[in-house]
Amino acid sequence: MRPFRYERAVDAGEAIALISKEPEAKFLGGGTNLVDLMRLGVDAPGTLIDVTRLAGHDRIEETAGGGLRIGAAVTNSDLAADPRVRERYPVLSEAILHGASGQLRNLATVGGNLLQRTRCAYFQDVTKSCNKRSPGSGCPAREGDNHNLAILGHSPHCVATNPSDMAVALAALDATVHVRGPFGERTIPIPGFHRLPGDEPQRDTVLDPNELITMVELAPRARATRQRYRKVRERRSFAFALVSIAAVVEFENETATDVCIALGGVAHVPWRATTAEDALRGGELTEDALKRAAKAELAQAEPLRDNGYKVELARNLITRTLLELAEPEA
Amino acid sequence: MAGSEPVLTELRLRVNGVEHELTIDTRTSLLDLLREHLDLTGPKKGCDHGQCGACTILIDGRRANACLALAVAHADAEITTVEGLAGAGENGDDLHPLQQAFIEHDAFQCGYCTPGQLCSAAGMLAEFERGWPSAVTPVNGGHIELTPAEIRERMSGNLCRCGAYMNIVPAIAEAAE
Repeated sequence: MRPFRYERAVDAGEAIALISKEPEAKFLGGGTNLVDLMRLGVDAPGTLIDVTRLAGHDRIEETAGGGLRIGAAVTNSDLAADPRVRERYPVLSEAILHGASGQLRNLATVGGNLLQRTRCAYFQDVTKSCNKRSPGSGCPAREGDNHNLAILGHSPHCVATNPSDMAVALAALDATVHVRGPFGERTIPIPGFHRLPGDEPQRDTVLDPNELITMVELAPRARATRQRYRKVRERRSFAFALVSIAAVVEFENETATDVCIALGGVAHVPWRATTAEDALRGGELTEDALKRAAKAELAQAEPLRDNGYKVELARNLITRTLLELAEPEA
Repeated sequence: MAGSEPVLTELRLRVNGVEHELTIDTRTSLLDLLREHLDLTGPKKGCDHGQCGACTILIDGRRANACLALAVAHADAEITTVEGLAGAGENGDDLHPLQQAFIEHDAFQCGYCTPGQLCSAAGMLAEFERGWPSAVTPVNGGHIELTPAEIRERMSGNLCRCGAYMNIVPAIAEAAE
């Protein structure tokens, strides 16, 4: 591992000032991904700026209308266990608890979770080419071991998937990321925070250089919202998703007045299933309607040689998860 | 900007109740600090990637993978390793209830993962006491029971390649009572 300098910033302003004057600096959260990537030689920052103790960033606060503002340094554990999150945004708590392990969630932060890199084996192996790690070097994953890579929105340059569970729930909840950089503050909605690989797979998100995530905001939800996170993986616990789903549905009697569906494990971003949402919004969530909507959503899939099974898996997850939300007693 | 020369830093840590002042390379993980600088070899280096849990320790009472924690990022923390679990009781010579239960239930074979299992279980039981849910906890289910399914899910960050899970689960269940 390359030697690095370590700085602990006390507030967001200092963190941004520090990173702005160091060309090879990175922000450090819990380190559960970045430290590993440094050990693997995938990343080699010259300076780490620790942002886990920035003033106010460890708090979860109420917003005026009944939403929540979650500081970027809140740990995954604390967020998943927060009674307000469990009551109003259970899909977020569920998603976080379906990721990693108890000891990793205790270290990992909200900001770090949003910025974690793909677990594509070619990206993590410095003896292999990878356009994300080394732009222009090629993507052997496309024709290689691609059984757990993307089926939607990939490009000739990259077929990696976003590994986060938390981000899938945040996408379905239409959360907003607050960021602060050298030139001020801005907010970025999720979806829209992560980007498809296109011809710049080295860029996972729309963040500008030296921008810092300060918090994530959740809008108030109607009382009648039903939410669920489901995850299919190769073992029952402590594994990344093959396919996962976060579903948030508002009902008026039998009618689904609003439907938000995000898929994990299928794309370079948490994939908002807008085609299925549009087909389902305003109707009853019958098995037939769900099957049709899921089929329409996955019609745009472009499976690779060994991951065609994810298409059917995603269709079935959409159908079954929303059917369960429509019939909560069943 | 850092070059190729190691960057040294001073830090203070409390480990198993003992204060230490050290000068370390910024790259040092808490695991390497404990094992190589303080000769506390209870925490094991299994995978060094956060995937096996053999290095699990308690940082300020919370379980964490020592291999992925940079020591410099945890300066001034209170660290507990398996060596400090026993002393936590009223009588410093007594085994921790988890250690006693692991012996009684034969909850290990080679023993390599055991220090991590013990620290993880201690942290996990504290989380359970605080009412933290797990992935198998029913949503809005009110009272949470520490069923075998709950123990398995909450301990999934600790692998045992001997496969002693059959005895680890009842050992933890007994210690929890």
